[in-house]
Amino acid sequence: MEAASVVFTLGWLRITTTVVTTWGLMLVFGIGCWLATRQLSADNPGLVQTALEGAVQSIEAAIDGVLPGRAELLLPFIGTLWLFVAVANLTGLVPELHSPTADLSTTAALAFLVFLSVHWFGIRSSGVKDYLRHYLTPSPILLPFHVLGEFSRTLALAMRLFGNIMSLEMAALLVLLVAGLLVPVPVLMLHIVEALVQAYIFGMLALIYIAGGMQSHEASENPEATQTDDKKGSTP
Amino acid sequence: MSDMHWFVLISTVAAAVAIAIGIIFPAIAMGKAITQALESLARQPEAEKSITRTLFIGLAMIESLAIYVLVIVLIILFRNPLLEYLLK
Repeated sequence: MEAASVVFTLGWLRITTTVVTTWGLMLVFGIGCWLATRQLSADNPGLVQTALEGAVQSIEAAIDGVLPGRAELLLPFIGTLWLFVAVANLTGLVPELHSPTADLSTTAALAFLVFLSVHWFGIRSSGVKDYLRHYLTPSPILLPFHVLGEFSRTLALAMRLFGNIMSLEMAALLVLLVAGLLVPVPVLMLHIVEALVQAYIFGMLALIYIAGGMQSHEASENPEATQTDDKKGSTP
Repeated sequence: MSDMHWFVLISTVAAAVAIAIGIIFPAIAMGKAITQALESLARQPEAEKSITRTLFIGLAMIESLAIYVLVIVLIILFRNPLLEYLLK
């Protein structure tokens, strides 16, 4: 659990390698998207355009599976989460670089974004009054548990990603300490799988939390759906 | 043995025991979840998508319990806050 090393200081603000790596990823994403979307055409799409369309369509289909008909609204946020977390997790495989997501600060920031967007999308879809009322269903006695659950699931979201990625990097390091040159390769292969799975899970959980917030008003209108919604919004 | 010896010995043992016990139960829970998912998958192959999705979410929830244990163990080993009482 060594702290990220400081690259330079900006007044009292210490800029760590995590922040610099994240800036690098943002640059890569920005320039990559700019290059890829320069020449879009509907008639003869190029190789890059087809690949990107495939990625966006699969993300859209995944969102549509959870929240039918709302994919357009959530695609920017969930898609960004998915792509960023996946690429950030895989950054750890590049020599000399560490995954930004192996730092609790990054994952806490991402989880905080998810926490805010649950309320933002919930209020946007059902209005403040209806949204706040779902905290009082099925009974006002459960209000403390609802509130507690909001915080514990956000904490769990941050801890899960951080713990997984940090332990992966640490496992590769420890294997390297006790064994030779090529032995950590299987561990690094596991890293690829685990990085993608964790990115999928992070985005999917964010999507399900947001779906739980958005469906709260539909649940109060027809009581039959309440049970399934409660299960979806349940806390870890 | 000095206090420091005891401290090192006990934290090492505590870390090993904690990670061992802390992994057993999430492993059992994951096994149960996967068994059920496979059974329902064999019964209803057309529901594959939603079963897989729910399984992944459930596994992530269970897994976070094991991750909590790991974080506690790493704190015990590398950043034990109680160590400063000993070093005073």
